[in-house]
Amino acid sequence: MRLEYFQLIDRIAELDLAQQTIRAEARVPTTSTIFEGHFPGYPLMPGVLLIEAMAQTSGWLVIAVTNFTRMPFFAALKEAKLRSFITPGQNLSLSAKLLHEGSGYAVTKADIRCDGKLACNAEITFRLVEFPNPEFRASMEKMAAILEFPRGAPAHG
Amino acid sequence: MPSTFDTVANIISETCDIPRETIKPESHAINDLGIDSLDFLDIAFAIDKAFGIKMPLEQWTQEVNDGKATTEQYFQLNNLCARIDELVAAKGA
Repeated sequence: MRLEYFQLIDRIAELDLAQQTIRAEARVPTTSTIFEGHFPGYPLMPGVLLIEAMAQTSGWLVIAVTNFTRMPFFAALKEAKLRSFITPGQNLSLSAKLLHEGSGYAVTKADIRCDGKLACNAEITFRLVEFPNPEFRASMEKMAAILEFPRGAPAHG
Repeated sequence: MPSTFDTVANIISETCDIPRETIKPESHAINDLGIDSLDFLDIAFAIDKAFGIKMPLEQWTQEVNDGKATTEQYFQLNNLCARIDELVAAKGA
């Protein structure tokens, strides 16, 4: 994770377009100014950032399913549950499954596991739009390479 | 057994917090009830689940955008219910 750049996942580990699922990995940084305030003497990964991490994981799945023709923007969040504390240095496994794609929207079910234990989960809705400009799309292509997004891999990654 | 309209109206009322008595068969989901596309997605999910169908929302939206259909054909509730009945009948055929 690079919290200062709002990059909440480190690597896309698996992408299965047939099952419409994705799994990503992330390590919570050991230090960040965020932990100075959240909370002093008791650093915890903020729940809103865990939700953003699930949204980013889901977003890459949507980008894969739509073959880089649409950009997903966070539109709605349902049944978000933050089940346990996540602390600096922990390794996270983030998964998402596509529930719906069409009519300009996508809906996913996402979760984060830590040491195999379910830490949080939610249902997330995205508004899908064309990439607003070529520069934006290029930046997403660049980020895809950083995240080892499996381009050209039609099935299990 | 509730009618298609009653089921749809109850779903809309619960999903969008719209008083049930204001929802009429001739109500237009967008123009009269003020339902936006994001809320309509939730309604569509609930309708799909209630009737065991899959509404072709994307196709309907495309037809409206292309000028091949009017919003009334799909989003006026009596017409929407007729489409739902057709989908239910097609499923059972």
